[in-house]
Amino acid sequence: MNTALSWIKAYVPDLECTDQEYMDAMTLSGTKVEGYTRLDKNLEKIVVGQIQKIEKHPDADKLIVCQVDIGDEVIQIVTGAPNVKEGDKVPVVLDGGKVAGGHDGGPLPEEGIKIKAGKLRGVPSNGMMCSIEELGSSRDMYPEAPEMGIYIFEDDVPVGADAVELLGLRDTVFEYEITSNRVDCYSVIGIAREAAATFRKPFILPEVTVKGNGEKVEDYISVEVQDPELCPRYCARVCKNIKIAPSPKWMQRRLAASGIRPINNLVDITNYVMEEYGQPMHAYDLSTIAGHKIIVRRAKDGDVFQTLDGQERALDSEVLMICDAQKEVGIAGIMGGENSKITDDVTTVLFEAATFNGANIRKSAKRVGLRTDASGKFEKGLDPHNAEAAINRACQLIEEFGCGEVVDGMVDVRGEMKEKVVLPFEPERYNRLLGTQVSREEMLAIFKMIEVEYDEASNNLTIPTFRQDILRQCDIAEEVARFYGYDKIPTTLPTGEATTGKLPFKLRIEQKARDIAEYCGFSQGMCYSFESPKVFDKLLLAADDPARAAITIANPLGEDFSIMRTISLNGMLTSLATNYNRRNKEVRLYELGNIYLPKALPLTELPEERMAFTLGMYGDGDFFTMKGVVEEFFDSIGMRKKAVYDPDAGRNYLHPGRQANIIYEGTLVGFLGEVHPEVCDNYDMKTRAYVAVLDMPAILPLATFDRKYEGIAKYPAVLRDISMVVPKEIRAGQIESVIVQRGGKILEDYQLFDIYEGDQIKEGYKSIAYSITFRAKDRTLEEADVTAAMKKILNGLESMGIELRS
Amino acid sequence: MKEKLEQIKAEALRQIEASDALEKLNEVRVNYLGKKGELTAVLKGMKDVAPEDRPKVGQLVNETREEIEKVLDASVKKMEKMVREAKMKTEVIDVTLPARKNNVGHRHPNTIALEEVERIFIGMGYEVVEGPDVEKDYYNFEALNIPADHPAKDEQDTFYITGDILLRTQTSSTQVHEMEKGKLPIRMIAPGRVFRSDEVDATHSPSFHQIEGLVIDKNITFADLKGTLAEFAKELFGENTKVKFRPHHFPFTEPSAEMDVTCFKCGGTGCRFCKGEGWIEILGCGMVHPHVLEMSGIDPEQYTGFAFGVGLERIALLKYEIDDMRLLYENDIRFLKQF
Repeated sequence: MNTALSWIKAYVPDLECTDQEYMDAMTLSGTKVEGYTRLDKNLEKIVVGQIQKIEKHPDADKLIVCQVDIGDEVIQIVTGAPNVKEGDKVPVVLDGGKVAGGHDGGPLPEEGIKIKAGKLRGVPSNGMMCSIEELGSSRDMYPEAPEMGIYIFEDDVPVGADAVELLGLRDTVFEYEITSNRVDCYSVIGIAREAAATFRKPFILPEVTVKGNGEKVEDYISVEVQDPELCPRYCARVCKNIKIAPSPKWMQRRLAASGIRPINNLVDITNYVMEEYGQPMHAYDLSTIAGHKIIVRRAKDGDVFQTLDGQERALDSEVLMICDAQKEVGIAGIMGGENSKITDDVTTVLFEAATFNGANIRKSAKRVGLRTDASGKFEKGLDPHNAEAAINRACQLIEEFGCGEVVDGMVDVRGEMKEKVVLPFEPERYNRLLGTQVSREEMLAIFKMIEVEYDEASNNLTIPTFRQDILRQCDIAEEVARFYGYDKIPTTLPTGEATTGKLPFKLRIEQKARDIAEYCGFSQGMCYSFESPKVFDKLLLAADDPARAAITIANPLGEDFSIMRTISLNGMLTSLATNYNRRNKEVRLYELGNIYLPKALPLTELPEERMAFTLGMYGDGDFFTMKGVVEEFFDSIGMRKKAVYDPDAGRNYLHPGRQANIIYEGTLVGFLGEVHPEVCDNYDMKTRAYVAVLDMPAILPLATFDRKYEGIAKYPAVLRDISMVVPKEIRAGQIESVIVQRGGKILEDYQLFDIYEGDQIKEGYKSIAYSITFRAKDRTLEEADVTAAMKKILNGLESMGIELRS
Repeated sequence: MKEKLEQIKAEALRQIEASDALEKLNEVRVNYLGKKGELTAVLKGMKDVAPEDRPKVGQLVNETREEIEKVLDASVKKMEKMVREAKMKTEVIDVTLPARKNNVGHRHPNTIALEEVERIFIGMGYEVVEGPDVEKDYYNFEALNIPADHPAKDEQDTFYITGDILLRTQTSSTQVHEMEKGKLPIRMIAPGRVFRSDEVDATHSPSFHQIEGLVIDKNITFADLKGTLAEFAKELFGENTKVKFRPHHFPFTEPSAEMDVTCFKCGGTGCRFCKGEGWIEILGCGMVHPHVLEMSGIDPEQYTGFAFGVGLERIALLKYEIDDMRLLYENDIRFLKQF
């Protein structure tokens, strides 16, 4: 909301402060000022001049030479403006002065434009006459200004006076950010009341009196509200013998500063009252209202209505309409109809000031696809009391401007008005909540400023109806805090029972995952939780793959963000591809992020959110690099047993010969592998890429930070190397199972130290060599112990068709 | 005899002096002090010495041996030093050659900022908790004093899954879960992902992170809220950071405030970074609304509390001067490596 400070001062006449002081103080008391603009920015040395004589320029057809009286002297000004004549009073920038912009009305330069005396085609010119655009405004805001030409004042302005002042530009426009709970502050009066309280100056409301013409409003109009739920109050008044004309300059200036274009007296009055009171109003041409009757009712499904902007609007039974005896004449609270709009020929006007159900207006505006200034105010839920004040104010202005006569009385259809909120005055409670020691007297002084009444006898506070946000004691405490000053509230730390700060186990494990990944050269990425359903095809998932059962967002930002991911790979592959396409070499990324698995679709309960630890890389390194990271991580979280790698993982997105499920203690905890070349193609990556995905909820119960020291071996170890020729299809893991099963208690460790396929090895076989370590904790091993264990192992291996090499 | 020993000694010392290598010194040791050396030979000749002179001769021999040994040891040490130094001279390296780095990975700036915040609050006795990303309408809105028709529901452009299930728009939902557990007092922070239907651009993302804070106990005051957050700001942005609280409105707190911190670039004098204001808006906070306490089964007559919510990306962008939010989700390694 934008408002000129001069308008605020109209209700707080004693207010005196700099613009910056005003901004800071208002912001600190809760009416946030986003910024301000001085309207006289870059307007310097500009006075009213009267053109005494105009002569042709001797050397230029399009220029004229003017003698201009600027009060204390007459100066010569050369201009090309076509619209001036002798006797005109115009704004004149003197030598060394400044204007805000060019005559084309383009963007205003930050430093303005300096004006200096000089010669135009050889003739001296000692200043410049200005157009409204050069003064930083526009014809929209100053409709009386001529198109393409110098602004011309009315005859009664004094020569030599400050032209900027006369144009109402010695003013500052403040931009406010009003919070949604302060409906009352979407009005000049509301803000002025806050300003008065902030600066502790008297607040003076306009005195509203309407003379009336002695006729009765009931003879002109009747109102029937069929849906009082959606329309708690409907006020109607009638004005006749309307004479459409421009509104007074002071009103035009205030509207212009608020960003509202002055149109004519009638429109300006309704706009002015909406700004001033925060109550939208509507004016109907009474001659268009059939049966001189207003009916407020819901539209019917399928109805179509033409609003006064000429657009056809589709309606339904949730939309409230203003109708006459025959037809709809407006969408309640949103926009009037083309069929009842005011034209210059109007003679009798029906004013409407109503209150509508905020939520209904909000929804209707959305459905109809039309959000207006009026609906923006109504949807916040207006105070029904304000409607009456506003409509009377409008009638007062009609009389004041002499542009019509007001018919006596108001048709007022309303249900039960809400009672005022009454709360006991509990100063200790407010201090207890705030941690302050504000005195009772100070509090009462604050309440007085904001029109909260205190009754000593009952010790009760009565809240004015316009403060719909004050319902409980905590709301009162906030009022005390705001005007006492948030900055004056002390700073303390909570006392009371000490609590232990902690990071839960899950988050500690995730921290470890980050540490290990980074130690292994992986940097942390972050991916979106939603993605496109197309990723399932990109990842080659089978048509019946359970991962395709994803949660769909009802109102997504687009297909690319329309489902909640059920698999973390797309984010990782997209990130790798981004890097690949930007020619980044050697990329290793990891991500810790949730996947979302629905228990049933459509969703009836919350889905399962499973944290996935996803690693991805291309460049240096291969499957076993990735496997190394996985095992480093397991090691670091106390998973010291050997994990089993099952190559029959059946994952379509991975290379069929280079993938494995990771099984730990019989639990599937994740998988790893080389990305399927076709998937790489789908992501535009012409390189091998490797991924690992660990299912953190499966890992958590297996992880531990407990460690137990086992003692460093006292007795010597015995090493045995075995070298074998193994049928190709037997995997190292199978050999290791045999070693583990048959090595007995004295088996300490085994390491694969050589693997070879090629010339010296017969077709279909490979050569593998292990070094096996035996040790007993309590004694030095005898040769016989080791031989026995080795024999068992070797027998086992031989039974698998493995040949031992000497 | 004495002369002979003197002679041996003189000759030995001369040979030591003349030695130019460790091997030569070793030869001297063998020749004079060894089993077959000259001094040993003198001792072996003791049988020819009169018994009464033997102790004296023995002593003389030992003295001579010790003297030779002393000189010899010193010479060996000196020689070893020379050799070592000569060797090191040949081992000079160019220390300006490139380092062999382990190429460790880097944490995401969001996580660095998050861990900072967690560290600060854990130090103040807060527990870190988590809540679900996909949430019931009740926890995200209703239990936070945002009933069905509340305008705030529109303000927060919510992604819906069903009429009742949505993607949480604020981590404040975790407050409710924590309060419902019924364990008091509460001191918690809840970091997490939140979602709002904003198109992706330099300052918006449909998915970002917040950290919610909640303290509930007896006698918690607005002054406590101010003190706690002032402490937090100092820890996070530096000892000289000042804070400013401005009244604001949130449906689930009353009184409510927004907190600004002095610009950590200019210290509050105003610069390009803070758009000349000297202050930067950092978080929203307030005293937990009594109705919110009531709905979660906490008696507001007995307990009060405060809550706050910080945008994690906001902190990361400000702290590390990142000018485009999209960088946080692109995962370009050249970006990530800078943290």
